[in-house]
Amino acid sequence: MAFDISVNGRTRRADVEGDTPLLWVLRDTLDLPGTKYGCGIAQCGACTVHVDGVPVRSCQLPIEAVGSAKVTTIEGIGATAVGQKLQDAWVALDVAQCGYCQAGQIMSAAALLAQTPKPSNAEIDAAMDGNLCRCATYLRIRKGIKLAAGVKA
Amino acid sequence: MNAQMQHQPSRRLVLKAGVALTGGLMISFGPANRASAQAMQPLNSHVRIDPDGRVTLVSHNPEIGQGVKTSIPMLIAEELDVPWQSVRIDQALADSATYGRQVAGGSMATTLQYEPLRRVGAAARHMLVAAAAQRWSVPADSCTTSAGSIVHSGTGRKLGYGEVAAAAALLPAPDPATLKLKDPKDFKVIGKPHGGVDNRAIVTGKPLFGIDARVPGMAYASYVRCPVFGGTIRSAKLDKARAANGVRAVFAVESNGAIEGLSAGVAIVADSTWAARKARSLLEIEWDEGDGASQSSAAIAARAAAFKDRMPQRSLAKVGDADAALAAAVRRVSASYAYPFIAHAAMEPMNCTAHYKDGQVELWVPTQNPEPGRAQVAKTLGIAPEAVKIHMLRCGGGFGRRLINEFMVEAAVISKQSGLPVKLLWSREEDLQNAPLRPAGFHHLEAGLDANGAVTAWRNHFISFGEGDTFKRSAGLSPSQFPSGFVPAFDMGASVMPLTHPTGPLRAPGNNAFGFVMQGFIDELAEAARMDPLAFRQQLLGDARLVGDPAARDRFDSGRARAVLDAVAKSAGWGRTLPPRSGLGIAFHFSHLGYFGTVVEAAVGRDGVVKVSKVWMAGDVGRQIVNPSGALNQVEGSVHDALGAALGQQITLENGRVVQGNFDAYRLTRMSDAPPVAVEFLLSDNPPTGLGEPAYPPVPPALVNAIFAATGVRIRSLPVDSALLKA
Repeated sequence: MAFDISVNGRTRRADVEGDTPLLWVLRDTLDLPGTKYGCGIAQCGACTVHVDGVPVRSCQLPIEAVGSAKVTTIEGIGATAVGQKLQDAWVALDVAQCGYCQAGQIMSAAALLAQTPKPSNAEIDAAMDGNLCRCATYLRIRKGIKLAAGVKA
Repeated sequence: MNAQMQHQPSRRLVLKAGVALTGGLMISFGPANRASAQAMQPLNSHVRIDPDGRVTLVSHNPEIGQGVKTSIPMLIAEELDVPWQSVRIDQALADSATYGRQVAGGSMATTLQYEPLRRVGAAARHMLVAAAAQRWSVPADSCTTSAGSIVHSGTGRKLGYGEVAAAAALLPAPDPATLKLKDPKDFKVIGKPHGGVDNRAIVTGKPLFGIDARVPGMAYASYVRCPVFGGTIRSAKLDKARAANGVRAVFAVESNGAIEGLSAGVAIVADSTWAARKARSLLEIEWDEGDGASQSSAAIAARAAAFKDRMPQRSLAKVGDADAALAAAVRRVSASYAYPFIAHAAMEPMNCTAHYKDGQVELWVPTQNPEPGRAQVAKTLGIAPEAVKIHMLRCGGGFGRRLINEFMVEAAVISKQSGLPVKLLWSREEDLQNAPLRPAGFHHLEAGLDANGAVTAWRNHFISFGEGDTFKRSAGLSPSQFPSGFVPAFDMGASVMPLTHPTGPLRAPGNNAFGFVMQGFIDELAEAARMDPLAFRQQLLGDARLVGDPAARDRFDSGRARAVLDAVAKSAGWGRTLPPRSGLGIAFHFSHLGYFGTVVEAAVGRDGVVKVSKVWMAGDVGRQIVNPSGALNQVEGSVHDALGAALGQQITLENGRVVQGNFDAYRLTRMSDAPPVAVEFLLSDNPPTGLGEPAYPPVPPALVNAIFAATGVRIRSLPVDSALLKA
């Protein structure tokens, strides 16, 4: 059946089964492959998007539950000041190794900074511990968040 | 193309120059046996300079996060003398006839390419200078280059590379061996930190990875394999799955008989990933699980323990008389070490997009090693290897997993049989349960010490997997493994047991475990000798010398090992006093031509939980770090990867099946686990070598040695069991 959802400020139509996780709607149907599949059970955070500003694992959110909520993905987060600062910080610090998890990392970091503009190390740990990076770029992710937030590394 | 080809032989490679489709200069450097008639395709050259001045450099190796897509073109750009920001980087197709080895493995890119690719850049520069000199009717040696232009020294006249690219393309290619390379003190690109060339695309979510491939008309495939490796289908009812919404085809597939190839299974082809996945639960398959179903980690460990009191099935290395030396020793120490199977768990699960049409197949695939995949796809489909076209897409992690290409074969077969272009995606569960593993291993060790703490005897009975004299893949032990050559009586033997589940290389294969075993046991010897762990290692290494087979490239340089050991001890403040239940541990290791020393500072809670507060690393990978930003990233990542594996990773087999199904049961390192890492590179006068692997092996032993310093408990089996550490 057809669902109209708001993604990155645009209304997009997806004709899929209602139980289809938002992750696969974004990737397969709406051609927004920046959101990544990593585990399918909300353990890795690679699929993190914002739903009304809240970080959500899109592998666990069926499209029928999205309703009129505003979905923001990595393709759209650069339109926010925080998102752009994080993207620039990631490039400036050369955070990525393989880069696969970084979309999810940036989405979790953007949600953190929107709520907590100057996070402490403990706040960063708490916000980011659900996002795995198999290359283990954690030290640079932490630095990237601090650079974007303008707090001392 | 209207290429006019010239080529000059070098020792192993041939340089070719020609006219690009754009009318500019194109240079390629490939194997000497490359057919000269073969046209250079636009993508298949290392350097292209267009008449409008645009410079395109090609990275020919797979990118798995080790940074070669940046570091390889940096080598060319340096000698070509172009500003790094001005070049465009393309990823090559898999084409070993043009490029030779295209493998992300063994930390070999820098080792093999550091000089040849600089010569490629120098050759292009040489030809551009010659063309400009011709135009000006001046001697070539009166011209220099600067940031993409040729300058005539006498008159200050200047021509952009693009302006002479067409003329340069008609000149004879120089003999690469005669080209003068830059003095490293003049480097402008090499040795300066550069961010990854794909960074902007990564942070903005652009399609980049294998999983992002999209082909018109593409369907989505899922493949169900037997939970026990090597199993076959006894019977399968497929109708319910066929009737599901969005499902286009469901069919059984037979194994192609290759261990690293196509396993028997059932393919589901659907309109979406979700539809393909959901239909899996509708399949009713009865498997013949085969011989593997009886194997378990518990039985393997029991069998390994039983080998302890037996003679090894065969000898791997024997120097001197270990029995006599042990009998004469002042102190004898024996211990058994063990480490488990672990999984690669790259963040991007295995996938491949395939389009089979009219006897040709095109593949879009994140692979570390395309050629074995090509061979197997061709053989399985019954087509020529040339009929397989492989686009190497960025890999979301490799760690050795993508050296094995069964997903390529699966996707190709499913596309052929369904008649559709398909994207095959493995689930995380399949990634952990149907994939090759880092082999478990067991070492029964015994050593003897004299009154001065010198190691006089070393015996290692290594228990691994294989048949007869053959180890399973990545399950062997090199006779040159340290301390081979440092102990007068050295005896290394092996016994193997069969294992059905496939094994394979994982980052620093073998070494990722041997570092733990050897440097953990050496710490025990230091304790028995009542010596400081650093001083004991310094004495064991002795004077600076080369140890090992003079013909081997990987001779052990004890001077380099000593230097990284001393450097890391110094930066970590070795010997300082720590609070109760905290300790420093030290280790060093040589692998993949790189030397690393590690100090770990760890605290162990009364609950047995280990917290690493800091890690110090000193490394020697030769006289030049190509990209300091990427290099530091590799070392930091290796440290956290190794700590995570040592503290928490284990794959268990039961009834031939992998027990762990996803990241809830297989614990990777997270942000709050990652301690700061201090990294120091020692620049020795040796050729530059790779960094993807050698920083990993000394980390687990430095950790367990720190745990010993904190608690007095020896950890001889990984992952660390916190129950042993409770106070």
